[in-house]
Amino acid sequence: MELVCPAGNLPALKAAVDAGANAVYMGFRDDTNARHFTGLNFDQARALEGIRYARKRGAKVFAAINTYPQPAGWSRWQDAVDRAAALDVDALILADIGVMDYAANRWPELRLHLSVQGSATTAEAIRFYHENFGIQRAVLPRVLSLAQVRQVAADSPVPLEVFGFGSLCVMVEGRCLLSSYATGLSPNTYGACSPASAVRWQQTPAGLESRLNKVLIDRYREDEPAAYPTLCKGRFCVDDHTYYAIEEPASLNTLELLPQLQAIGVAAIKIEGRQRSPAYVQQVTRVWRAALDACRRDPQGFRLQPAWRDALQKVSEGTQTTLGAYHRPWQ
Amino acid sequence: MTGSVPRISLGPVLYFWDRELLLDFYRRIADTQVDIVYLGETVCSKRRSLRTDDWLELAGTLRQAGKEVVLSSLALIEAGSELASLRRLCGNTDFSVEANDMGAVQLLSGQRPFVTGPAINIYNHRTLSVLAGLGLKRWTLPLELSRDTLENMQQQRPAGVETEVFVYGRLPLAYSARCFTARAANLPKDDCRLRCLDYPDGLLLATREQQDFLVLNGIQTQSARTCNLIGELEDLVRLKVDVLRISPQSQHTEKIIEIFHACLHSDYPLHDAETALQALMPTGPCNGYWHATAGMDSHIVEEAICQH
Repeated sequence: MELVCPAGNLPALKAAVDAGANAVYMGFRDDTNARHFTGLNFDQARALEGIRYARKRGAKVFAAINTYPQPAGWSRWQDAVDRAAALDVDALILADIGVMDYAANRWPELRLHLSVQGSATTAEAIRFYHENFGIQRAVLPRVLSLAQVRQVAADSPVPLEVFGFGSLCVMVEGRCLLSSYATGLSPNTYGACSPASAVRWQQTPAGLESRLNKVLIDRYREDEPAAYPTLCKGRFCVDDHTYYAIEEPASLNTLELLPQLQAIGVAAIKIEGRQRSPAYVQQVTRVWRAALDACRRDPQGFRLQPAWRDALQKVSEGTQTTLGAYHRPWQ
Repeated sequence: MTGSVPRISLGPVLYFWDRELLLDFYRRIADTQVDIVYLGETVCSKRRSLRTDDWLELAGTLRQAGKEVVLSSLALIEAGSELASLRRLCGNTDFSVEANDMGAVQLLSGQRPFVTGPAINIYNHRTLSVLAGLGLKRWTLPLELSRDTLENMQQQRPAGVETEVFVYGRLPLAYSARCFTARAANLPKDDCRLRCLDYPDGLLLATREQQDFLVLNGIQTQSARTCNLIGELEDLVRLKVDVLRISPQSQHTEKIIEIFHACLHSDYPLHDAETALQALMPTGPCNGYWHATAGMDSHIVEEAICQH
């Protein structure tokens, strides 16, 4: 299985490559990718430098152009595809049908991957993108159980990439409008969920409050660690109970499922986190490299090393990790 | 109103209602002025008040009553059994199908004309044109897109493709593998005991300062506020929107249809309609997406009277 790691900037790209990533994925500095955060991503010169660095060390580079253009912004997405093609990236990661149609026609030699933002949960959905645009890999949403991944893998016309580690979207990616409902900006339209520009922190007598465009997402007592107010990870009131009504802050970690994912025939494991630091990327990549190598050498004898778990726990959101939907009871 | 008058559609019932409630609801809908009725379970395959044959029978009855009937597909397909049902649905030749995920689009592509619901991401001309080439006959504007984007889309709409806009109802904002209604009851999804049956308009979620914010509807999350574009009717007509979609709620749906119909076909003042509709909403109104701001915003509509 290929290890696909996040490159939010050049130092992170180098960290991932040095720590053993088989491929890194990056985006340009605008709303054409789903990590449209201030200070993140690549201009053309940096991208070129990154690609050279990766190639020299045998790693591939994918460009994520995985948001949904509207007519007024269309040229930016078209331009992003052209720029990525000029950079000779190893693959484009796309979500929008229109962008895919453009890329497939304009750059027929360019390899296309279906982004998780394309929200294909079945082999039939994947077949749509394969038949119409010749995609060669699909990234599955983080909502399927292991049995469901196995089923999709058995029927899919192309190899699959699944998420192994990082932040967890509880909603099907590409079809979640919670962020734009509260702020006007969503992953689909703007490339960011619960964008920083809409976040307000305020110390009040009731505690530290986090808001997204005036909506109270959470409130913390002094002894509680405060988390970034991602909308679905706030505490809300339902039937007079206040709790994490949608999702508890936790990281996805599927390290222990590696032998099963390998047996299913999954082609690649994706690590989330282009917004994370180079140190984080290095740490996570190193652990996953070691685990993937161990699993390939001896899948039957594969055991979680306590050192791996400790290293990953240390960098995890809310310090809790979960198998997410891969583990059926979670659903 | 100037321009051709849009037809009114009734979207699929998004909540879990029992058999009697559903059958009674559609008996009443048959007598309304609604032109198009979307039928079927789109949220959770465990909701089985009606079986496939029941839905088909209902579809026949509504067609007899003069309605165009469209069968709606499940929005999130995960299990093999769900895919099998989807294949059967897309294989039926009596009624057209509303595709609510890309698997359904694939099964219908090149086979027969189809409709797409609001959860299919058609955000630009090129996407619309690709799908039109595969048999799309009507698309629904994705919920988070604005009036200006709609206007732009309408300017290059492929010939023969109709446009539908979600004009009234709580907005279905997100889908998950998890069931939040079961979670609220401290139950695992596999043993949910069909708790969403208790909430005919979904389960309200408020912020910690008691602002009604969202609605939990099984694996679907909706807006607490009801989207209402009645104030934009003239604009919708000017933009040549073909179909206006009203999303069912457990109470007053016929009245809501009546108000929209009256505004489209007689001199019912929009301001009065706005006031009348607000009284029928479970929470307050919103129309922010139309105005390219946060979806939950409510922009005040200028007083206007329909003119013919």
